[in-house]
Amino acid sequence: MAQQPGARGLVFNEPLIFEHGRKGRAGCDVPKSEFPEIDPATIAPSSMLRGPVEGLAEVSEPEAVRHFTRLSQWNYGVDSNFYPLGSCTMKYNPKVNEAAARLEGFAGLHPLQDFSTAQGALRVMYDLEKMLCEVVGMDAASLQPAAGAQGEFAGLLLIRAYHTEKGNPRKKVIIPDSGHGTNPATATLCDYAAITLPSGPDGLIDLALLEKEMDDDTAALMLTNPNTLGMFEKNIKKVCGIVHAKGGLVYGDGANLNAVMGKARFGDMGIDVCHMNLHKTFSTPHGGGGPGSGPVLAKKFLEPYMPVPRVTRRDGVYSLDFNRPKSIGALNAFWGNFGVYLRAYAYLLTMGGAGLKEASETAVLNANYILAKLRGVYHVPYNGTCMHECVLSDKFQQEHHVSTLDIAKGLIDRGFHPPTIYFPLIVKGAMMIEPTETESMETMDAFIAAMKEIAEVAKTDPESLAAAPVAVKVKRLDETQAARQPDLRYRR
Amino acid sequence: MRYIPLTSDEKSAMLAAAGVAAVDDLFAAIPADTRFKGNLNLPAPMAEQPLLAHLKDLARQNRPATSSPTFLGAGAYNHFIPSAVDQLISRSEFYTSYTPYQPEISQGTLQAIYEWQSYVCALFNMEVANASMYDGASALAEAALMACRTARKGEIVISNCVHPRWRQVARSYTENRGIVLKESADHVAGRSEAASLEQLITGDTAAVVVQSPNFFGNVEDLRAIGELCRAKNVLFIVAVAEAASLGFLAPPGDFGADIVVGEGQSLGIPMSFGGPYVGMFATREKHLRQMPGRLCGRTVDKDGRPGFVLTLSAREQHIRREKATSNICSNQALCALTAAIYLTLMGRQGFAAMAKNCFYAAAELRHRMRPVHGHPFFNEMVVELNRPAAEVNRRLAEQGIIGGYDVSRDYPDMTNKMLLAVTELTTKRDMDRLIEAVGA
Repeated sequence: MAQQPGARGLVFNEPLIFEHGRKGRAGCDVPKSEFPEIDPATIAPSSMLRGPVEGLAEVSEPEAVRHFTRLSQWNYGVDSNFYPLGSCTMKYNPKVNEAAARLEGFAGLHPLQDFSTAQGALRVMYDLEKMLCEVVGMDAASLQPAAGAQGEFAGLLLIRAYHTEKGNPRKKVIIPDSGHGTNPATATLCDYAAITLPSGPDGLIDLALLEKEMDDDTAALMLTNPNTLGMFEKNIKKVCGIVHAKGGLVYGDGANLNAVMGKARFGDMGIDVCHMNLHKTFSTPHGGGGPGSGPVLAKKFLEPYMPVPRVTRRDGVYSLDFNRPKSIGALNAFWGNFGVYLRAYAYLLTMGGAGLKEASETAVLNANYILAKLRGVYHVPYNGTCMHECVLSDKFQQEHHVSTLDIAKGLIDRGFHPPTIYFPLIVKGAMMIEPTETESMETMDAFIAAMKEIAEVAKTDPESLAAAPVAVKVKRLDETQAARQPDLRYRR
Repeated sequence: MRYIPLTSDEKSAMLAAAGVAAVDDLFAAIPADTRFKGNLNLPAPMAEQPLLAHLKDLARQNRPATSSPTFLGAGAYNHFIPSAVDQLISRSEFYTSYTPYQPEISQGTLQAIYEWQSYVCALFNMEVANASMYDGASALAEAALMACRTARKGEIVISNCVHPRWRQVARSYTENRGIVLKESADHVAGRSEAASLEQLITGDTAAVVVQSPNFFGNVEDLRAIGELCRAKNVLFIVAVAEAASLGFLAPPGDFGADIVVGEGQSLGIPMSFGGPYVGMFATREKHLRQMPGRLCGRTVDKDGRPGFVLTLSAREQHIRREKATSNICSNQALCALTAAIYLTLMGRQGFAAMAKNCFYAAAELRHRMRPVHGHPFFNEMVVELNRPAAEVNRRLAEQGIIGGYDVSRDYPDMTNKMLLAVTELTTKRDMDRLIEAVGA
């Protein structure tokens, strides 16, 4: 096996935090209060009160630090090595972004402070909205959605509010089968019937089918462009025309925005509303599953329905406007994930317009390089160049009874995070590889070499791939047992 | 561009490998009439040095509540954060990783989520908890949807002593599903009354929702409301906006709550002008499969060693698509980790001691101000003023003090009243300055 970073290392054992410590230990010394110690029983009956919380750990600070440090060592991050998760877009997370979010003037701000004491924060929000609008060619943005899925939700609510005001909210939303899995769930959440539109043989929207499906009861088409096959919907203007002709609106899922910055803009294509994932395109870290941030952006005619509050600027003074009678309402307790905005804002200022364009060009070049080098070694279900991610399948390896899952686990033993697997659903045994612009040629070459080696091993020693991974703390986990006998919390 | 490693020689070699002459050829799939031809109208790229200077300049235009005497609460609280918390969440193996789709190389995130789920169950005294939601308000909205799904009914009764913005979020989530949200008028008494909630319950009511301590800082009589819910056969949803109160007050699970949601910001997460925070969500085992959000479960690997995976994903958007329990496809993993680290450091005794210190400060404030209500409290209360709250706040601001929340913004009949919050960080000197300034 080739020497790969991360393939070997110290692997400590680490029990649950609840199995550490001794009764009476504490990791924090709480000072004595300056105020008189009043017996709580004087304000409430004892049934309303609580003593120490049973079930919390009793460990010293060093024990706590060692516990979480060890857990961190069981994790693969983008700072460790290549993370080619297609459609999840794991690019390098710049360190200056972290410094930005930790400045006390931002981190210590209460959301309900008087606006006069939060002008710097409101300016960040105002300027970020404007910059994001420019990137996708939209007129208005709301940063409030806390994640891409909530951005989709907000976007469909805008569409619903618009149709409702015109007299009929309509009943269904059309979603190509090459879209993201959240799209149908979001349509349902907004009380729409989700209609799946099968892709044509070229992996793109079938215009004739769309024409047939599109009617006066359709509120919107939700599409991902470039789609999850990594292909650009080149008929997008015709697609929008078909939908608009029947009074419907077009929703653009911005999860794959990293491919087209400075190259094509949703607003110019005829798309009416979209979201973007700040953590994907603007390099904010995803922290093992969140937080994200999913701003919603739209054309001018949808602005009145945007979530409250709106950031405003009058005579150089920034403020939040809550008085928006047509608004779809609030989505979060406060103004969204401000700490994430700061990171995206820092990234946008670092890159500027030219940098964003270079990022997209490089991301697309990197994906095509990997595709070119692995074509023939792995099956490529759709021909031609790709955008920022490429899709391969396990068709050639199936002959040796080696599956996408085995290939993924083989990559782990070679020090790499696997690509997204079994997605998009329309490709059997799919592997979706997205290198992003932040990877060097050496890294991609090493990844390509590992993929080629796995393809060889699939022919000569398929059993070793079925056993993979072996160079990690745990081997393949029993997911059936996890689902059949759910063990979701520690019990003494 | 410092984040893009390719040299021009490498680019040429890669273009040759891809079989094209120029980068632009890779974008041939975008038709000419769809191509963006100009340059994005954004500021010129900034080096790190001027960028940091600019960010610090913006930060200076804010007055953080962490360095001024502050009495603002209303859903976000200024608590002490032990230094070890930020050190640990800054480990890049935690913050630069993605959702743990490959469990063998994500055991750190997964075990931390499992510990977080265990902590949420312990804090609420509930049976199962999820890997977290966006924040407390959206968690409440999802709880309302889950209750309607579980009970197959279309109405929710909600006390208007629940945080106004949380109610607004619940409305955004439910209204276009045709779900009716009926609000009580309990703010007059400052506390939800079982009798007034009962009046709103009909045969189509799925659940009753209260918050405790409520928006006014008053502790609800969860026993009475829980008994009402059982008598009427509706689900009982309890919201907790101030998680620190869980170190002082009996947990909602003690009173038969079916779903408990909460905001975990107080557990070591900076206020950050409103986010990111972490929504807590727990329920009874019998409702497990209706619960929204991600779940982490313990299992074994093929050698029998214990390990963790994301589980019960059949409820989720990537498998059930249009039939999913929610459209959520992430959680607030790093914030949940932050809270888990905080709870570990505070521990069984420390968490209770911190909560008591909040209460002692509140008891003193109550003694020295004119409280409007006489109900049990934790760290927040509405006080009577002799002029509008906005006016008092302006005066406080002139003295560098961040005042309380003007409740007349949401309850127009509550004039000259202010919601004040204290925490274990409130000093005697801060309080003296407040009382002097308000009294003057």
